Amino acid sequence: MTVLDLGVVRAVREENKKVFVELTPTYSGCPAMDTMAADIDIAMQKAGYATEIKLVLSPAWSTDWISQEGRRKLEEYGVAAPLSDSLDKRALIDGERLIACTNCKSTNTKMISQFGSTACKALFQCEDCLEPFDYFKCLK
Amino acid sequence: MNEQLTKYLMMLGDNAMILGHRLSELCGHGPSLETDIALTNISLDLYGQVRSYFQYAAELGGEEVSEDTIAFLRKERTYLNVVLVEQPNEDFGHVIVRQFLYDMFQSFMTPALMNSADERIAAIAAKSIKETRYHLRFSTSWMKRLGAGTEESKARIQAAVNHLLPFADEFFVMTAIEKEMYEEGIGPDLQTFKEDFYSKVKEVLIEAELSMPESAPRVVKGKTGIHSEHMGYILNELQYMQRTYPQMEW
Repeated sequence: MTVLDLGVVRAVREENKKVFVELTPTYSGCPAMDTMAADIDIAMQKAGYATEIKLVLSPAWSTDWISQEGRRKLEEYGVAAPLSDSLDKRALIDGERLIACTNCKSTNTKMISQFGSTACKALFQCEDCLEPFDYFKCLK
Repeated sequence: MNEQLTKYLMMLGDNAMILGHRLSELCGHGPSLETDIALTNISLDLYGQVRSYFQYAAELGGEEVSEDTIAFLRKERTYLNVVLVEQPNEDFGHVIVRQFLYDMFQSFMTPALMNSADERIAAIAAKSIKETRYHLRFSTSWMKRLGAGTEESKARIQAAVNHLLPFADEFFVMTAIEKEMYEEGIGPDLQTFKEDFYSKVKEVLIEAELSMPESAPRVVKGKTGIHSEHMGYILNELQYMQRTYPQMEW
């Protein structure tokens, strides 16, 4: 999974061996933001570039910006990828069983907690294989 | 103009910071694992919003001002949050009611700020609105669960409503700063959604089988820097490290 897969890198341009990067947070308080910026800085230095990283808020990040590849990698890692806006509401608010377990693919799953291990996720459990897993909430 | 805008940014940020601090006190102490995680997640969202506002204020403030000096090195009278958010955690009922009232207010305030003539404030608000709606969903669902729950939970949450709702009136008092921001097109006229706020609150209370307290609104002036006795204790904890080890970083 890369920052590009996640869609948090908004723009990149290079001028005389200096790279200007625009980063955007998934959620306002995402504690990984500073780490991502530091990692990008280190990676660029290693490649021989200076960097200037700017945090931008507008337009606000949405889960639509996660690439297809990113969604696949999320699922592979054990985090269910976000459903569409309307299906997400039906799953999170109406409690419909729509989110597929990342372990056995069954949709016989239920929400355990509206908030998961990080702000961007909710906690689910599969009622067939009993696997607990995170669901990446749809954000639009 | 910049000075008033800076104060307005502090007002917006201070509400989120003091409430975020109150919620952070519950980290590891929530009534269940899920609620513990939820409340600290909400705290984190609020702190993210605080950073956005304070980073902006720091840019307006010149070289010696940073988001940290704004957050940690002010005196009590220059914090401009409403008195509601200072109120102690007491029990889970108080935590939920305080959160519910704040979230409900923000569900009107944030969309209004999205139309701000100040582009930066509009962007911060647009970023926050999704978080606010999610928080409101959490606090509203707990209002209903506790209200329609056991005798004990109902009595406790009703007590919290009786205690905290009168503080909500302060949200809608237009201070000099807010009036000026309204005239500049930066902030909303708070009176325009006061009625809607109370009718939405009432709607939830009815569904939660709770009653609307009849007590008169409390006259408090947190937004002008006059705080309750709780504020000193909060700032003591919040500022201790920065005052003991100036400019320390984690």
